[in-house]
Formats: sequence, structure tokens, C-alpha cells
Amino acid sequence: MAKGIWVFVEQRDGKIKKVTYELLSAGRKVADGLGEELCAVLPGNGVAGLAPALGEYGADKVFVLESGALEKYTTDGYANAVASLAKQYEPGAILMGCTVAGRDLAAQVAQKLGTGLMTDCTDMSLEEGQLVFTRPVYAGKAFVKASCPGVRPVMATIRPNVFSVGETQPGRSAEVVSAPADTGEIRQVIKDVVLQVSTRPELTEADAIVSGGRGMKGPENFKILEELADVLGAAVGASRAAVDAGWKSHSFQVGQTGKTVSPVLYIACGISGAIQHLAGMSSSKCIVAVNKDPEANIFKVADYGIVGDLFDVVPLLKEEFKKKLES
Amino acid sequence: MNIVVCMKQTFDTEAKIAIDSNGRINRQGVSLIMNPYDEFAVEEALRIKEKLGGEVTVVTVGGQETQDALRQALAMGADRAVLVDPGLEETDEFTTATILAKAISGLKYDIILGGFRAIDDGSSQVTGRVAEILGLPVVNMVVKLEFADGKAVATSEIEGGSQVIEVALPAVFTAQKGLNEPRYPSMKGIMQAKKKPMEKKGLGDLGLDAAQVAPKVKVISYFLPSARAAGRIVPGEPADAARDLANALREEAKVI
Ligand SMILES: Cc1cc2nc3c(=O)[nH]c(=O)nc-3n(C[C@H](O)[C@H](O)[C@H](O)COP(=O)(O)OP(=O)(O)OC[C@H]3O[C@@H](n4cnc5c(N)ncnc54)[C@H](O)[C@@H]3O)c2cc1C
Ligand SMILES: Nc1ncnc2c1ncn2[C@@H]1O[C@H](COP(=O)(O)O)[C@@H](O)[C@H]1O
Repeated sequence: MAKGIWVFVEQRDGKIKKVTYELLSAGRKVADGLGEELCAVLPGNGVAGLAPALGEYGADKVFVLESGALEKYTTDGYANAVASLAKQYEPGAILMGCTVAGRDLAAQVAQKLGTGLMTDCTDMSLEEGQLVFTRPVYAGKAFVKASCPGVRPVMATIRPNVFSVGETQPGRSAEVVSAPADTGEIRQVIKDVVLQVSTRPELTEADAIVSGGRGMKGPENFKILEELADVLGAAVGASRAAVDAGWKSHSFQVGQTGKTVSPVLYIACGISGAIQHLAGMSSSKCIVAVNKDPEANIFKVADYGIVGDLFDVVPLLKEEFKKKLES
Repeated sequence: MNIVVCMKQTFDTEAKIAIDSNGRINRQGVSLIMNPYDEFAVEEALRIKEKLGGEVTVVTVGGQETQDALRQALAMGADRAVLVDPGLEETDEFTTATILAKAISGLKYDIILGGFRAIDDGSSQVTGRVAEILGLPVVNMVVKLEFADGKAVATSEIEGGSQVIEVALPAVFTAQKGLNEPRYPSMKGIMQAKKKPMEKKGLGDLGLDAAQVAPKVKVISYFLPSARAAGRIVPGEPADAARDLANALREEAKVI
């Protein structure tokens, strides 16, 4: 019988993504509910040193898949390695973060294993011994609950930031299993990686986001949002109108044809709240809107709103937040 | 270059979503569009054809209503369309990908394009699965695509930047926003589209039966999100409002 909950450990250059810890915390609960093991699957090169910490986050076992070929993420390398490990050990479930790599990897692994995959899930629960996942469809205008009865492993990618990271248990150790990494032929040849140097967190992982729309009136004005963001340790986002105007690159776009984000705090400045924008941010825990139009749609989803000129309000917010955070 | 585009018809982004008496998403009266990411894929296929020659075939798995989206692709400039109407009640991404791959395996292709995600109930996996079934490499979320010496050089989006990946053809690519600006069909294109071939097939025509494509994922229920509790406007002059908001975020919401 296929058993065990697996969590894919996503790391880049030896740094583990936060969503991995979120999945270990959430996975721990379902593993306990099922009375099964929670295993972390850690592919990479020179990553064995990361294994012990995964025990402190709840893993019972860590599979370390080491290979020079896994130094950087490639679709084939990672999919072959994870799928062949899964064929050998037959887990009951495989969870990954719904990140660029997680999405890419999950689809390949699911097809290699001939199994079902639910992506971008916002909830996971046990119902009558069955792992059940909830995911938003139609841009968050509806949700679907689904499972994979009769096929194993069940696969899912989970949206970052929906589960919180539980308390770590210092000293709790996991059994480390070094498994051979069967990377097969890697057909994607990485020629170049260009990373924008930014001191701000990545949009999809940020705990707080400050976004600007057409109301920002020009690219130079994003500076006031960046200053507000830096007080909060937040990421900066944008509406499609701001992206289409060329003020921000598409990587900043939040919405149905941009990024889906789920921060604790989302501050929308000069954004009207079009349905396609809401699609990308309505699962944020607390939404704040600053808009000069009291009728703006964004106020219908905002927990707190200020009706006013953002050029007055945003700098004041920065000062007030600074005071609060320093106190 | 022969190019196949996987295209899905989706709900309009403005569509109101309701659940019908059978507990399913109500499709009645909803206006349908070509999945926006697939529009990028069709546009890219046309640009590749314009540069390097070849044929563009658009393939969809769906009901008869998907003909509208196929006609749109033909009007943009695609050469032929294939519609597979499986007539199945229950499908999932495994089902769709298995059918698509089978339909594509009977076509000539050097490049297969799709969208990185369908904006309706999509989950960014169908094209990846198609690649896996056909034994082809896939590069997802492509924002730039070039060709030289039987190889493709694709720039794809990753968190915090981009990467450049080379793959030998044939290969599968999924389009991310930024790849191109899709064209609108011209009047002439719309007229010509009416005469372009559209092949219609069923599951049996592909040599598949329902059991082979049976879904792996089973829907338990659909539900609508609970409305967000009404928020409040923090009143007053900007300075007062800013101060009160900061207090509320700390004391009430406890988010800063
Ligand atoms: C297929 C499709 C996909 C789409 N995908 C996305 C997507 O992913 N993301 C997205 O965001 N949009 C998307 N859109 C576009 C969406 O419909 C809206 O056009 C867009 O979100 C509007 O951006 P905005 O709110 O910045 O601009 P507007 O709607 O023009 O709103 C600007 C707001 O700024 C306010 N304002 C102006 N000046 C000030 C000031 N000085 N102080 C305070 N407030 C001020 C105004 O009152 C107004 O409410 C999509 C549309 C389609 C058709
Ligand atoms: N029914 C379908 N017919 C043709 N192509 C599809 C279909 N469903 C999905 N695709 C393709 O797969 C991509 C990703 O879809 P999805 O995995 O559903 O998010 C889409 O952008 C299309 O290119």
C-alpha cells in the first residue's frame, strides 16, 4: 500500500523556500491524522547539510538526492529524479509549493506517475481517511473540493502563504536517506539566468505587498510605494494598467493574467479593483485600499479604506507605520 | 516549421460564476473567449510561420461551442483547426492531455505551443502532460522564443528574474504574458477563416475509449467563496486617517 506524505523541498542556491516549511507544517498534521510518515524530498547539489533542519520542521525522513546535474533546477533533471524515487518508494501523496518550479515539476511528475494533480490549492484536509484539496477556480470566483480516490500518489501544489509555519522543534532529527539521483537525459540546457537584484521579497512569498495602479500617474511615483514597502519589508506590485503603461514590468503584475498572491497585508494604491485584479489578491488576509474615488470597487473587498489622494496618504502612512514598527 | 497550438476556450474574465442545481458551475449564458494565454500562443505560432514558413494547426478538446474560438484562431491566420469533442461528463487534466496528445500525434509538428495556464478551471499542467506523453521536452512560461540550427532558445520567467533555455526541436513551449501582443483578426482574415479546414473528431476517431482517459481527480463539490465581511472607511483628514489606519492595523487586524 502506498504510504507516506512527501514534501518537495524547493531550494535555490542552498536556500530553502519558505513554502517548503509551510508544507512541512501542514503535511505534519495530515501525516499524523493518517498515522503515516512525513518525508521531505531534497534534490540538489551539495544540499545534504540542509537535511537536519527539515527534521526540526516536522519531517520524519529526508530523502537527499544529490547530483551535479541537480545544481540548478531543470524540468527533466528534477522530474526524472523525483518520479523515479516515487516509483521506488510509492508515497501516498506528494506536495509541492505552487511556485514557478513547483508547478513545472508537478505536471511532469504527475504524468510520469500516471496520477492526478490539483494545483494552486488553498486548503488541504482529511475526510474519511481521504486527502481532500480545495482550490480556487474561475479566478477565485468559485472553489472546488477534489480528491484522487483509487490512485496514488495524490499530488497537489499548494499556494504559498496559505499555511503558516508551525513552531520548530530544536533538536528533533529526521532519518536521512541518501538516494541515488536518477536525473536521466536533461534536454533543457540552461544558457543564462538573470536575477533582478532586489532587496525586497518576491511577490508570491511576501507577507506584505504594496501595489500601485493607474492612479500612480507615472513610473517615477512608484518611489513613494517603494518607501512604504521598505518600512513594512513588503514587496511592490502593480495593476495591469500600470504594467501596460510601461511603468512596471510584467513580473510585478498582480491578477488573473499576472501573479496570484496571498499576503497577510495587501495595500492597493490608485487601483480601482477590477475583477481581474481581485482575482490575484482577494485571498490576502487583510486588504487596505487608498483611492480618491469613494465608489471604487476596491473598497468592496477592502478591510480598511482611505478615501483620498494617494500622494498625500501614502507618505503619511509610511510615517505612521514607521512609528508603530519602532514602538 | 510546423506548429501545433493547444487552445482552450474559457469563460470571459468578467463572467459571473454561479452553481447550478446539480452542484456544478453553471455554463448557461456565459460568454466565452479564447484563453488569453493561448492567444499569445497562437500569435507566436503565426509570427514563427511568417518568419520561417510552415503550417499552423490549432487543436482543442471541447464541446461544439469551441468552434468559435477555433474560428478566431483561423481568422488571426492559423491554417487549420482540429476539434476533438470527447462527449464525456467527467474529465480532468489527465483526460484532456491524453486526448490532445493522441490528436497531435497524428499531425506533423516541430513546435507545440500552449498557454501556461487556462484562466478558468485550469491548473497549468495540460501542456506539460502533453509533452510528457509525446516524449518531448517542455519549457514553461516563455516570454521570448527564437530558433537557430534546429534548436530553440527560450527565455522563461522565474521568480525574481528570467532564464534562457536551449532545447532541441521538436519541443513544447507555454506562453506567458509578455511573449507578444496578439493581433486582432482582420476583416479579410475573418472571411478566409470560413473556408479554412476544421476537422471534427470524437474519442473513437482517435482510437481512444472512455476508460483510457478516465479522470484521476474526482470533484467532490463546488462552492462559492463567502463574501468578505464589509470593511470600513477610515474617515478624516489624510493625517488623521493615516494614524487611525496604522492603529487599526496594529490593534484590530494585528497585521503590522
Ligand atoms: C483578459 C484580461 C485580463 C486581465 N488581467 C489583469 C490582471 O492580471 N491584473 C490587473 O490588474 N488587471 C487585469 N486586467 C485589467 C483590468 O480589467 C483593469 O483594466 C485594470 O486592473 C485597471 O487597473 P487600475 O485599477 O490600475 O486602473 P483604473 O481602473 O484606471 O483605476 C485607477 C484608480 O486610481 C484611482 N486614482 C487615480 N488617481 C488617484 C490619486 N491621486 N489618489 C488615489 N487614487 C487615485 C482612481 O480613482 C481609480 O479608481 C485584465 C483585463 C482583461 C480583459
Ligand atoms: N481542452 C483543451 N483543449 C486544448 N488545449 C488545452 C485544453 N485545456 C488546456 N489546454 C492547453 O493547456 C494549457 C494549460 O491549461 P491548464 O493546464 O488547464 O491550465 C492551456 O493554455 C492550453 O494551451
